[in-house]
Amino acid sequence: MDYTLLFIQTLNGVQLGLLLFLVASGLTLVFGILDFVNLAHGSIYMFGAFICASLTYYLGNFLWAVLVALPLTGLVGYFLERIVARHLYDKDHLDQVLATFGLILVLDTSAHLIWGPEGISVPLPAWLDGQVEIFAGAVIPTFRLLIIGTGLVVAGGLYWLVNFTRLGMLIRAGASNRTMVSALGIDISTLFALVFALGAMLAGLAGMLISPITEASIGMGGQIIITAFVVIIIGGIGSMKGAFVAAILIGLIDTLGRSFLDDIFQLFMSEAAAETSAPAVSAMMIYILMAIVLAFKPLGLFPPKVR
Amino acid sequence: MKRLLGAALAATMLTAGAVQSAEVKIGFVTTLTTGGAVIGIDQQNAVNLAIEHMGGKMGDLDINLIFGDDGFKPETGKQVTDKLVKQDDVDFVAGYIWSHVLLASRKSVLDAGKFLISANAGPGPVAGKHCNENFFSASWQNDQTPMAMGEVLNQNGVKSIYIIAPNYAAGKGMVAGVKRTFKGEVLGTDMTAWPTQLDFSAELAKAKASGAEALFIFYPGKAGGAFMKQYQQAGLKETLPLYTVFTVDALSLPKFQAANFTDVLGSQFTQQWDPTLDNDQNARFVADFRAKHGTYPSFYAAQAYDSMFLIKSAVEAVNGDLSDMDGMRAAMKAATYPSVRGEYTYGNNHMPIQNFYLREVVVGDDGNWTTKVVKTVYEGHQDTYAAQCGL
Repeated sequence: MDYTLLFIQTLNGVQLGLLLFLVASGLTLVFGILDFVNLAHGSIYMFGAFICASLTYYLGNFLWAVLVALPLTGLVGYFLERIVARHLYDKDHLDQVLATFGLILVLDTSAHLIWGPEGISVPLPAWLDGQVEIFAGAVIPTFRLLIIGTGLVVAGGLYWLVNFTRLGMLIRAGASNRTMVSALGIDISTLFALVFALGAMLAGLAGMLISPITEASIGMGGQIIITAFVVIIIGGIGSMKGAFVAAILIGLIDTLGRSFLDDIFQLFMSEAAAETSAPAVSAMMIYILMAIVLAFKPLGLFPPKVR
Repeated sequence: MKRLLGAALAATMLTAGAVQSAEVKIGFVTTLTTGGAVIGIDQQNAVNLAIEHMGGKMGDLDINLIFGDDGFKPETGKQVTDKLVKQDDVDFVAGYIWSHVLLASRKSVLDAGKFLISANAGPGPVAGKHCNENFFSASWQNDQTPMAMGEVLNQNGVKSIYIIAPNYAAGKGMVAGVKRTFKGEVLGTDMTAWPTQLDFSAELAKAKASGAEALFIFYPGKAGGAFMKQYQQAGLKETLPLYTVFTVDALSLPKFQAANFTDVLGSQFTQQWDPTLDNDQNARFVADFRAKHGTYPSFYAAQAYDSMFLIKSAVEAVNGDLSDMDGMRAAMKAATYPSVRGEYTYGNNHMPIQNFYLREVVVGDDGNWTTKVVKTVYEGHQDTYAAQCGL
């Protein structure tokens, strides 16, 4: 067993998990509190990436671009809530799915019109573009460590926000019983808009962080949104803790599956068969996990207490 | 009344039919939405340029061109192909970037007795067991380019490699191709989910841990850009040199240049075409494409441009009599049209027997990043599936 490789792959898994958490936390906030199924959450992730990519060229530095792009993405979220989402809160979930699916098409085409089809490659500043040797042989790109760091800070920040602030109290109350919250005289309209904008910023941040690794491109949101839904279903819809645990779990399972499944398969089948079947099975593993979790805990790992 | 209407309808259709005979109808299936659109639009530009160069005519016939969007999905590709064949009743269907889309769509065209011209994809089955007299490739068979790269690896004295490629028809062909010619040891092969997976951290860590001397990859489109960046971020350039096919192209180079990603300069890959190949057709194509679109054409564009001239040679050989399938087939089989890659011939399976070159990324005379030919790896190379083809 190569422990250095195992360590590196675990870090890679945690990094993927934290990125997923950024997307899923926004999704679970909106789904859990506003009871609103937002398929277009992935498109906001894409918008965050594109806004940040443009700003990187305009400002000349990736980190400044992230700082400016964050509030801008929040604003995009705010206006989407005002213009589209707001009118759908009292419709049922199927209507919301249809409407936000339409929104995906609109947003993807808008991005196509604004930035063109070719996608934007995002350069990193030199000090982030290198590698860090954690111990002998265990080398990891500096930027991946930054993603892990940022993910943990945001997770900590959200934990503080949800558990120790007035806004967090309202969010938790809203997740449990939104009618009661509005009956107590809370301005639910502003709260909803804030939550939506916060969710958009989180998704946007994930898009910004992934863009130097891949690039800002049309349709990038469609790939992550499905996994993000799996995360919030496993974690329990509306639960921030659940989203965190499930995201890390899925990141690890996906990465470790891709790394070691073919070696494991080779113990009992031919090399050629293992090479073909391992990627197919590792692509299914997160869904298998979801099925198992739902079989034993239909509401997910950490369902919000009252619903 | 109903009968009258029916008669009127039939009459209209007859007149429409009469109008149709003065034109050649060509369907071109490519990817015009999703992230793959950047390739499709490059092909579309090349096809439109080809028609402009032809003056809008093939012989005496007007060209009626219909583009179809496969949305990067086999099922959508088949649908749009069915529409072109049945509803538009085209004479030729050309295009197809992706092997899995071509495999899903080929029957629709061939069963209807129409010509199918691939402007990119060349999966093994189409060249071998399922070869067809009405199928022609204006590109290559998938295995050929990586086979050339396997030779380059041998020539460079590489003893062991690690392979990372996407898990779909073309990815498997590429892996089979390089394994066929590479004489050293393959220390591991990772097939990744396609086209969804764009993060290759786990695979790169495995490749590094394997202790291989070199890394071979195949990642077309935006996945290629993502891979190149992650390879650079992982700092593997010194310890694990990279050998690629169809990964760095004229579509990703301007983006790399904008991001000042200098690591890509000097990287080498094999191909049947290069913008610097010295022939009149290529010089005109590259110059006019650049004048019009500001960028170098990609190999996808070059093949799309060729596919139109291949069709033109068929139409002109039969003087516009599109019912003469045998005549058109013979004309295309002779490959007498001016190809931007220079002269080549067709094998029994209608796959090109052609040269393969080693290309290198350089800074062009005008400061734009482009490629040049380092050497010829294969001369007149035929794919290995030709033996399985009964034609």
